[in-house]
Amino acid sequence: MIGFERFELSNGLKVLVHEDTSTPMAVVNVLYDVGARDEDPSRTGFAHLFEHLMFGGSVNVPDYDEPLQLAGGENNAYTTNDLTNYYCQLPADNLETAFWLESDRMLSLAFSKKSLDVQRKVVCEEFKEHYINKPYGDVWHLMRELAYKQHPYRWMTIGKELSHIENAQLDDVKNFFFKHYTPVNAILVVAGNVKVDQVRALSEKWFGGIPSGTRYERKLHSEQPQQEERRMTVHRNVPMDAIYKTWHMCARRADDYHATDLLTDILGGGASSRLYQSLVKEQQLFSNISCYHFGSLDAGLLTIEGQLVKGVEIQKAEAAIEAELDKVRENILDDRELQKVKNKTESIMAFEDMSVMNRAGSLAFYELLGDGNWMNHEFAKYQNVQSSDLQRIAQTVLQPTNSNTLWYLSNN
Amino acid sequence: MVNRTIAPPIKDAVEYDIMLKRPETFSLTNGVKVYRVQAGTEEVVQIEWVFRAGNWFEKKRTIASSTNFLIKNGTSSRSAYEINEFVDFYGAYLNRTCFNETAVITLHCLSKQLEQLLPLVRELITDAIFSEQELTIYRQNMKQKLAVNLKKCDFVAGRKIDAMLFGEHHPYGVFSRTEDYDALDREELRKFYSEYYTHGYCTIFSAGILPSNSSALMERYFGDLPLNTDAKEGVQHAIVPQSDKQLELINDPDGVQGAIRIARPFITRHHPDFPKVQVLNALFGGFFGSRLMTNIREDKGYTYGIYSYFQNHIHAGAWMISTEAGRDVCRATIDEVYKEMRELREGDIDADELMLVKNYLIGTLLGDLDGPFQIIGRWKNLILNGLDDQFFYHSVATIKSIGAEELKELANKYLHPEEFYELVVV
Repeated sequence: MIGFERFELSNGLKVLVHEDTSTPMAVVNVLYDVGARDEDPSRTGFAHLFEHLMFGGSVNVPDYDEPLQLAGGENNAYTTNDLTNYYCQLPADNLETAFWLESDRMLSLAFSKKSLDVQRKVVCEEFKEHYINKPYGDVWHLMRELAYKQHPYRWMTIGKELSHIENAQLDDVKNFFFKHYTPVNAILVVAGNVKVDQVRALSEKWFGGIPSGTRYERKLHSEQPQQEERRMTVHRNVPMDAIYKTWHMCARRADDYHATDLLTDILGGGASSRLYQSLVKEQQLFSNISCYHFGSLDAGLLTIEGQLVKGVEIQKAEAAIEAELDKVRENILDDRELQKVKNKTESIMAFEDMSVMNRAGSLAFYELLGDGNWMNHEFAKYQNVQSSDLQRIAQTVLQPTNSNTLWYLSNN
Repeated sequence: MVNRTIAPPIKDAVEYDIMLKRPETFSLTNGVKVYRVQAGTEEVVQIEWVFRAGNWFEKKRTIASSTNFLIKNGTSSRSAYEINEFVDFYGAYLNRTCFNETAVITLHCLSKQLEQLLPLVRELITDAIFSEQELTIYRQNMKQKLAVNLKKCDFVAGRKIDAMLFGEHHPYGVFSRTEDYDALDREELRKFYSEYYTHGYCTIFSAGILPSNSSALMERYFGDLPLNTDAKEGVQHAIVPQSDKQLELINDPDGVQGAIRIARPFITRHHPDFPKVQVLNALFGGFFGSRLMTNIREDKGYTYGIYSYFQNHIHAGAWMISTEAGRDVCRATIDEVYKEMRELREGDIDADELMLVKNYLIGTLLGDLDGPFQIIGRWKNLILNGLDDQFFYHSVATIKSIGAEELKELANKYLHPEEFYELVVV
């Protein structure tokens, strides 16, 4: 049970406080309700580039990192297709330093030309390091475009192409900031060795005077139900053939989310999963295979990816995957197997909750979903899942007409 | 209206007294030592069985890592699948990792499940069978994994720089090739297993909210095993560094980045300079606010990230600078690294910068010691290196007290480009 208090400032900033006196540290987590899905299709990668610029100085503080490090703190941030999250941890005695730094960059950035010029290059190197200069690095670029035709999940967080990042202008940066980086579009979580009253006073002092901004109303094109099977084949300079299959699945807030999550674990979550045992160990068609999803807020993709054993025909490998899917569609799974994935989930949650930083991040995420307290009810939702739910989802989601298949073939 | 141009007052992190909680220790009947840190807020535990079974002890390449990997792939009474299913059913994680001197079996689980899982770990230590079938699958999958990794410039650079520093035949410089997997022989694995696991030298590190009977459980499942009759001192291996200090490799003609590694042989934790150079390393390239990152990423934009760090082996060390940079700016990046070395040798470190580094190191140390797994991790490191908490407290005191002049002297002692090996893999 993760206890917390919640209050809202008059400018609309939501604040959650989680006290834990067992640590000498404090965590300040600021989540902004903006991600790559909110980008203009001709300027993709911007939310993430912007995350970099948030460290390039704010209106009254020339540098974010230095004062934080001087206060014994460290920080990081990440951008997903759905959201952008900033977090720092420092000795609890120096909590106010984090308030000062985070509030100033919510008030306004310095909008430095130099910072934009440098971070454009840094992000281009990040793009190259992870998506160009790595075998199989462009898979998700290809798969997202295959699976999504309307929804902005059709591009990756890093961006569709390098040129979008290279062409980013200072005016784009300013517009993006004032549209999204405002108190009404943010959630502040403060956790660790802190007191609610202390956080309330500091929040009023540092964030209270920031203009609330306009609530960003998201109007995205929802993806129309897929009507027919899609396939794509590419040849690349990689040593092994690989296969990637995705099916459209429900959104994060949907009732079926937890059952769908357990289904991916049954199929391909680790060494005792069905796909691994059957296709890697027994039939030896794949050298590795897994099934997962991204937990995305809008309707996401249930994914199976596997690398083939050299010499295996890809048609045969794909048929073997389908045979395993037939089993979950046709047969109800036994209690022990369902209990296994529930137990795994319980354990993952307990280990995640060990660190104050994770607890703070989770509270912010669940608050964005609708209510921070959902964090405490999440496992019960998994416990309520029945075998029949998994079968129903297997039957409705894992259909050929709902599927996207990428054959990623070695040209060596 | 709050004045935002003035930073709020801070407590300097160097003012904190940092305490490293001592573990309880006890020995099993067979002499196996158990360390225990009882702490935490969640009902979870971590137990590590550390064996002197790293590649230091192998007589043929990849025997140690393969034995370690396959230890959970079947016993005489359970198949690999049954083991994995059992572990997953209890929501546990059973991992194994092979290092240079040691090889480890690690169990993470909910406290309430510990008693169910310990008999399985005993079985892995005493009764792993290394079946031909499991070995065949492993061989094939490892070869494929290797083939994919060899396409990555950072992977190739990581192996090559170690070989340049220590020589391809030294345990710190050796790397696996396809033919090593082909040459793996079941009997050799079984022999290594018997000598270094079943009859090996083991130390147990446990942490978390441990059940009240955990010492009795350890004694019951591990106290009667034929462990620790021989200290497994191992042989000495000669370090044979490569004579040529500079190397450029083209791994992928179309590569858009180069993996850069710049490294020199270095002292171990036992050298009196070690606590001091930790501070110098932080300043140089040890954290996001370091000189390398500030110059090469935040000013020049040549890379997504650049770091310097120590490779802390037990018998020898290395000081390494590592980055991936745009192909056309690799040379410029290397020049900047050397420029930063010169600046540390010749320039002055101002008081603000030094204070920042000190506060950062102490502040993050305070955070790093937060939690039972972190505390036992520190102790494991100390104990396996033959050190104790005096080393820890001396390091903390050194961070707090070291001055700019002393850091400059250390830079003049250790940061000379001609002593560094330099590798670029595109």
